[in-house]
Amino acid sequence: MLNALTLLVVCQFIGEVTARFLNLPLPGPVIGLVLLLLWLLWRGGPDAELETTGNWLLRHFGLLFVPAGVGVINQLDALRENWLALLVAIPVSTFAGLITTAWVMQRLSGSDEES
Amino acid sequence: MEKIFHLWVYLETTPLLGLGVTLVVWQIANQLASRMGSNPLANPMLLSVAILAPLLLITHTPYSAYFQGAQYVHFLLGPATVALALPMYANLRRIRRSARAIITALLAGSVVASASAMLIARAMGASRVIVLSLAPKSVTTPIAMGIAEQIGGQPSLAAVFVLLTGLTAITLLPMSMKLLKIHDMRAQGLAAGVAGHGLATARMLLVSETAGAFGGLAIGLNGIVTAILVPLMVTFLR
Repeated sequence: MLNALTLLVVCQFIGEVTARFLNLPLPGPVIGLVLLLLWLLWRGGPDAELETTGNWLLRHFGLLFVPAGVGVINQLDALRENWLALLVAIPVSTFAGLITTAWVMQRLSGSDEES
Repeated sequence: MEKIFHLWVYLETTPLLGLGVTLVVWQIANQLASRMGSNPLANPMLLSVAILAPLLLITHTPYSAYFQGAQYVHFLLGPATVALALPMYANLRRIRRSARAIITALLAGSVVASASAMLIARAMGASRVIVLSLAPKSVTTPIAMGIAEQIGGQPSLAAVFVLLTGLTAITLLPMSMKLLKIHDMRAQGLAAGVAGHGLATARMLLVSETAGAFGGLAIGLNGIVTAILVPLMVTFLR
């Protein structure tokens, strides 16, 4: 668990440093994600420990969003002033994003042999 | 009574309270969600916020005091985002095979979701902070907060919009797929990940493992694509 957590944090750390150093428009964790992917390609896959720890984190992804979500209490005024725009913008744009992605994907991809 | 007051004052200054209450409420929310069945509001994350936010308001606890403890949970978002490389790696072979379709669909869906949100909000008179905070609404929270901060939005507003977007996607997904007659689970999963990030993907995982894998891929890729495209789109939006 500790080795895997160290690897994840080191990837994020290098990502964070790289983003700031090179002034990249990418958040540090995203660069860390790419770094871990390269690491996995180089090592030919994750070891059991990384697999367990990583998937444990991903399974509890929802919990990790909670502190940021509670931050809504500092934004109540902004939400109150813009509620109508948000009530339209969020559902309409989400629906548009869903159907665009799914439609293009279904049109362009052939049959899936593995499913 | 005074003793309780002193205890409260003490607890408010330690991270223990914020951390403890977050974990306990999360457990309660999970119990509640599993009892509510397939109701789209039965999301442990939403339920946790719905319990914690009023709790802080009623007890007059400032968010900064709560966050002192909650930051330890919040911090793990970074490593968890890095860990999204795992499902991507696991599906690399299938992803390579339909790489062109995936990239095209991802770019189209990502731009449509983000641009339409900003344009609608602006047309309806929303403030600039709101418009900018809406831009990264379809990507996973840590990335969305990073992008929002970078382009002059408000990270905590972005986190709220991300949450609302995920819940909307869960609600709209079955209906919209039926409407367009899309039965391909790869397409459904990709759409869930692009338009509804982790929340919608977790829901799709219950329906089909294929959809879950493509959703996981979409979360990671969309994070990268949005982080690159949104700053560009914002410069056009002046």
